[in-house]
Amino acid sequence: MGAQLRVYRRRIRSVNATKKITKAMELIAASRIVKAQQRVADSTPYAEAITRAVSAVASFSDVDHPLTHSPGDAERESDGPRRAAKLLLTSDRGLAGAYSSNAIREGERLTELLRSEGKEIVPFVVGRKGVGFYRFRGRELAGEWTGFSESPSYQDAKEVADAVIEAFLKPNEEGGVDEIHIVYTQFVSMVSQRTVTRRLLPLEIEETEEEPEGGALPLYEFEPSAEDVLDALLPRYIESRVYNALLQSAASELAARRRAMKSATDNATELIKSYTIKANAARQAEITQEISEIVGGANALADATAGSE
Amino acid sequence: MADLLDVELVAADRKVWSGEAAMVVARTTDGDIGILPGHAPILGILFNGAVQIRQEGGDRVVAAVHGGFLSVADNKVGILAELAELAEEIDVERAQRALDAASSSDEESAPADAQRAEARLRAHSLVG
Repeated sequence: MGAQLRVYRRRIRSVNATKKITKAMELIAASRIVKAQQRVADSTPYAEAITRAVSAVASFSDVDHPLTHSPGDAERESDGPRRAAKLLLTSDRGLAGAYSSNAIREGERLTELLRSEGKEIVPFVVGRKGVGFYRFRGRELAGEWTGFSESPSYQDAKEVADAVIEAFLKPNEEGGVDEIHIVYTQFVSMVSQRTVTRRLLPLEIEETEEEPEGGALPLYEFEPSAEDVLDALLPRYIESRVYNALLQSAASELAARRRAMKSATDNATELIKSYTIKANAARQAEITQEISEIVGGANALADATAGSE
Repeated sequence: MADLLDVELVAADRKVWSGEAAMVVARTTDGDIGILPGHAPILGILFNGAVQIRQEGGDRVVAAVHGGFLSVADNKVGILAELAELAEEIDVERAQRALDAASSSDEESAPADAQRAEARLRAHSLVG
C-alpha cells in the first residue's frame, strides 16, 4: 500500500475516534439539559412567590433596612471610593464553546463600567474556568466556589449568597461592599443563551413583563413586624436569585456544550468525507500507476524480444 | 359553596403541595396562627416546625418547614420555605438519629440540626 493512502486511512480512523467521543458528549449534554430545565422550572414558583413578598414589603413599608439602602443615599455617597462586588458564574469544565469566555467577557465589561464610575471591584467567582482566568492574571478573588456548576443545589446557592450578603453588611472600612452585581448566562432556549448582568443589591425589584395577578398588591399586615419580616426575607430573596442564576447558568452551560459538540461532530463527519474521497483518489492513482508500470514493463520486454530476433 | 383557601406550599427547589383547603395552621415566631378563608392579607415569618393544612373533607396535610414564610392575600395562601417536606415523606428514624446526634454534639450547627429534626418529628407525630 502506498504511503499516501496509508496516511489518509490513519487520519480517517483518528477522526472517527474523536467523532465518537464528541457524539457521546453531545448526547450526554442533551439528556442533561432536560433535567436542568426542569430544575429551573421547579424553582420558579418559589422565586416568584418570594419576589412578590419582597415587593410587598418594600413598597408598603418605609422600613430603613441595611439591605434596601440605595447607592444614592447621602451617607454612602460621601464614603469616598465605593466598592462593588461582582459575582461571576462560569462553568467548571471546558468543551462548551464560548460559554465561559462569554460570561467572563461580560464580567470584564461590567468591571470596566464600574471602574469608570470610580468603584473598586471585589470579585466573587463560581466555576473553575472563571477562577482559572483570575488566577492566571494574578488577580485577587474575594470568594471562589467550584465543583457544582452543572448541577447546583440550594445549599450551594446559600453558601454563595451568604458570602456576598456578609460582604454587603460589613462596613466599608473593613472591606465591605456597597453594591452586588451578578453576571450569569440566561437560558433562553436550546439554541439561544444570553449573558446578563443584574444588580442584586441594593434592591432592584425586577420588573416583570406581565402585570402581577389581581392587579395591585394588597395591603399586608406583618407578623411579627415589617422590619423582622424584611430581615428574614431579604437574605432568602438573594439566595433564591443566586439559586435561579446558578440553575439558568447550568442549563446554558449544557446547551452550549451540546451545540459545541454537535458542531464538532458535524466537522468530523465533513472531514471523514473529504479524507475518504482523497483516500479513494490515492488508491485509484496507485492502481493506475501499477497498471502503467506493468504495461510499460511488458512493452519493454516485447520490444527487447523483437529486437533480438 | 363556601370560600376555600387556595394553598401553595413551595420549597426552594420544588412545589411541594398545592390545592384547596378550609384552614391552614402554622406557627409563626409569635405563636400559632390559624388562617381561615377571608383572612386579612398578612406576611409572616414561620418558626421551624409543622404546618397543617386542613382540607374540606377533614383530611389533613402536614408538612415540616424550615426557614419559611407565610403570605396570605385574597384567600391565596403561600407557604414558602427553604426546605419543606410532607409528613409522609419524612424518614422518622433518620430524623430521630439526627436529633440524637445533634443533641450530643457541640458543633456550631448542632442547634439548627436539632431544630430541623424536631420539626420533622413534630410534623410526623401530627399525622400519626
